[in-house]
Amino acid sequence: MPAETTQEKALLDKPRLTREQIAQRAALELPDGAYVNLGWGIPNLIADYLPKEINVYFHSENGILGMGRRAKPGEEDYDLVDAMKVPVTLIRGASFFHQADAHLMTRGGHLDVAVLGGFQVSEKGDLANWKIPGAKGSGGIGGAMDIAAGAKKLIVCMEHVTKDGAPKIVRKCAYPLTGLECVDTIVTDLAVIDVMPQGLSLREVAPGWAADEVQKLTGAPMIAQGQVPEIRL
Amino acid sequence: MKKKVYPSLDDIVADVPDGARIMFGGFGGAGFPNNLIQALVRKGVKNITAISNNCGTRDGELGLMFKNNQIKHVIASFPGPHANHFQERFAAREVTLELVPQGILCERMRAAAAGLQGFYTTVGVGTEVAEGKEERTLEGKRCILEMPIHADYAFIKAKNADELGNLTYRLAARNFNPIMAMAAKTTIAEVEELVSVGSIEPEHVMTPAIFVHRIVQAKGLHYAG
Repeated sequence: MPAETTQEKALLDKPRLTREQIAQRAALELPDGAYVNLGWGIPNLIADYLPKEINVYFHSENGILGMGRRAKPGEEDYDLVDAMKVPVTLIRGASFFHQADAHLMTRGGHLDVAVLGGFQVSEKGDLANWKIPGAKGSGGIGGAMDIAAGAKKLIVCMEHVTKDGAPKIVRKCAYPLTGLECVDTIVTDLAVIDVMPQGLSLREVAPGWAADEVQKLTGAPMIAQGQVPEIRL
Repeated sequence: MKKKVYPSLDDIVADVPDGARIMFGGFGGAGFPNNLIQALVRKGVKNITAISNNCGTRDGELGLMFKNNQIKHVIASFPGPHANHFQERFAAREVTLELVPQGILCERMRAAAAGLQGFYTTVGVGTEVAEGKEERTLEGKRCILEMPIHADYAFIKAKNADELGNLTYRLAARNFNPIMAMAAKTTIAEVEELVSVGSIEPEHVMTPAIFVHRIVQAKGLHYAG
């Protein structure tokens, strides 16, 4: 459902966070010492924005714990790649294991935080992130359903609305589901939102945005208590 | 004792029949048995059911077998938008596909390896993956029943093998290989180096020899894309 009123169209022209800034804000959700899996898209940018005082251990579904930065030119080893096929490096104390153990970690509740991209999130925390209806090709699930089912805390990073201005946070997902009631926190270019038993809770808004403006671009009601603070980066 | 080491890639796949169910190791360009796949292309086997995380690159890995129209059914978690030959044949309905969540793909193969008749999981509940599967509530959680995946062959890639079939893997090229090695009736490993028995320390063996039936040495081969 594209934005229809003049007021909503005007809102869509207001400055929002960039993809990098979404990643930067999401990075602040990672506790020191956490074991973390980052999915494709915006989540993959988070590693570049970790606060200096924080150490986390990155997990890759192909069997790596303690993944480091991307390999520099000349340093690539194609037996050492991340889930996106990109050559990476290791930190000291890293380990390798097979794919079943890698997903035992995702599914079995061993990871502290997982961050995935999203097409839609529902007010109950249902996630749709693997297939766009009508898109060409076979689609692919990869590790997303295992990760969604098992992470202790699941954060979704995405733009708040589609390119057409339709809300991506909705009452009920229309896109094929990845998992039911699995999302804990949503970080978008407009807001930080927690999925609570009583509904969506608006924790922070993008600089220059008011809670009611964010609500207009959101497809489900949000609870906002008092003055909602702005995202600070 | 029957010798496990074969003299050539073509010899080692010589008895693979049309219609075989074959697991192929590898993920993200690492750990694919590319030399064995090329031997299957040369042999020209047809109507293969392929069990693999993805469906190859543009012109490498399993892409070669899709290009050659040798695969009729795939069980995979992420076929891949750049698996051109698979996507073309899938669109033309020449190949059928069962999409499986990646960790569940591992566990279904592990169930086959372990002699278990399936398991219940919360993964995929309420999604397309759950369609047609038994659902029940266990420990207060909605679960679906997942069945084992069996195979006639596992084609895997390892770093070192001794002549008994003990294997090691390099870095993240391990991925699906040890799981598939345990799950198939006949496991065929292409390895970068053949080493003498005893030269792999027992505590460094990653796949014990009992799971490996045939070994061939071949220089590791990576495809870009």
